[in-house]
Amino acid sequence: MIVQLMYLVAALCFILALKGLSSPKYARYGNFIGAFGMLVAVVTAYLHGVVHNGLWILVAVALGIIVGIPAARSVKMTAIPQMVALFNGVGGAAAALVALAEFFAVRDPGFLFLLATVLTVLIGSVSFSGSVVTFLKLQELMTTRPVLLPAGQQLAIAAGVSSVALCALTIATPNGFLLWLLAVVGLALGVLFVLPVGGADVPIAISLLNAFTGLAVAASGYVLANTLLIVAGTLVGASGTILTRLMAQAMGRSLANILFGAFRATTVAAQGEEQRTVKSGTVEDIAILLGYANNVVVVPGYGLAVAQAQHAVRELVTQLEKRGVSVAYGIHPVAGRMPGHMNVLLAEADVPYEQLKELDDVNPGITSVDVAVVVGANDVVNPGARDEPSSPIYGMPIFDVDRAKSVVFMKRSMRPGFAGVDNELLYNPKTTLLFGDAKDSLTKLLAAVKQL
Amino acid sequence: MIDLLTIFVLAVFVGFEVVSKVSTILHTPLMSGANAIHGVILVGAILITGSAESTLELVLGLLAVFLATVNVVGGFVVTDRMLEMFKK
Repeated sequence: MIVQLMYLVAALCFILALKGLSSPKYARYGNFIGAFGMLVAVVTAYLHGVVHNGLWILVAVALGIIVGIPAARSVKMTAIPQMVALFNGVGGAAAALVALAEFFAVRDPGFLFLLATVLTVLIGSVSFSGSVVTFLKLQELMTTRPVLLPAGQQLAIAAGVSSVALCALTIATPNGFLLWLLAVVGLALGVLFVLPVGGADVPIAISLLNAFTGLAVAASGYVLANTLLIVAGTLVGASGTILTRLMAQAMGRSLANILFGAFRATTVAAQGEEQRTVKSGTVEDIAILLGYANNVVVVPGYGLAVAQAQHAVRELVTQLEKRGVSVAYGIHPVAGRMPGHMNVLLAEADVPYEQLKELDDVNPGITSVDVAVVVGANDVVNPGARDEPSSPIYGMPIFDVDRAKSVVFMKRSMRPGFAGVDNELLYNPKTTLLFGDAKDSLTKLLAAVKQL
Repeated sequence: MIDLLTIFVLAVFVGFEVVSKVSTILHTPLMSGANAIHGVILVGAILITGSAESTLELVLGLLAVFLATVNVVGGFVVTDRMLEMFKK
């Protein structure tokens, strides 16, 4: 009774933690409440449920803390997506292991128990291996482009079919070997599922895998007949599902297309072969352009974060505001490498969140914007997404910066963006390019604006 | 069993309701916070290890405890670091 009550307290804390995120002001308290709920749940489980091996458990927990906290403390904000992917993966693995262990502990398993067990093992394994591949892609330990194995699709289908068959077999004839085999097929399935997902779509894969781990945890709640696991796992499953859907909308594509319609990079480069002229400007020209504008929109992308230029851009914006220029940041939902990533990076540089504007706030008034400054972004301002049905990113909502009065495009080189698609905006006569490292260029611009 | 199903269905609705109100600015902390919450599998891992009879169960359980702890503490700490920056 008291145990169930404690679990209820924990579940409520988790709901409040998620609710806290509806306002940036109170979100941090929400997170504290969530952590408190977790502490309540874990202490309750330990005091009530541990018959033996108590010392071993404490050692394993201590090891987990020794590994987890330094990793979480030292990770750079640019590397958050891969960290989240890793934490997500270990959670999925833990769920699969719990179901495996419980399977070997139970003497006479019933149908529902077996169903929940195979689902937990399968989803947990997929989530683990999928998250590891996502981590490798984001950490650039492997190519960020879609990896198309020969017969990859057939392999994935084969793995999918055999996992369903193994689930059915395990339920019909409960057998430890079959369950291990299911775990292995699940691992293969996770790899095959994430490999063909292209770089720009990886955020969606993370979000979906997060939902998967939530579901695995909820299913493990059935295995252990534990209500807290069901509630918490389901909450995470729901949040992952919603985020995945929002992201797919932000890219203007269906989820199926993102997961299975790997970019065909070969069809894109056709017109990029010819030499086309672009206009590049000096720092002084651009400083004048910015310093005497009324209205500026900055569109930052992941390149800004890579160059660690968040602080430089904020200083430039502050300087422009001192001159009476009105400045806003246009943040695309998929800017960065996970949903909302760019907001975190700019918050790190002390940009007040009121200045962070979304697509629908910026686009309606874009024609009255004097200068749109694109820093380290590419695909999210590519007019091809709006005008070229043949473009692989066609349908993705973009910032219509080509409709602003002028565009400053800061770029390291002429290389195309994460999605590997050429950008027509670069050749637009309204566009002035400023080549170089984003941080370098911004610092020089700041100095030049101060001179005006 | 029907009790558990009831809880599941209600939790789905609560989840959708709560999460759809999350500010778009906070989508990354949302994901990492949700990530920390599914670390609650630690509870399951502790229960299973605490009643393990065989060495196999013990090894599987302890590995699960370790991984789930990494998930929990890492998730909450990362989320806190992000939200701290949004307070200003």
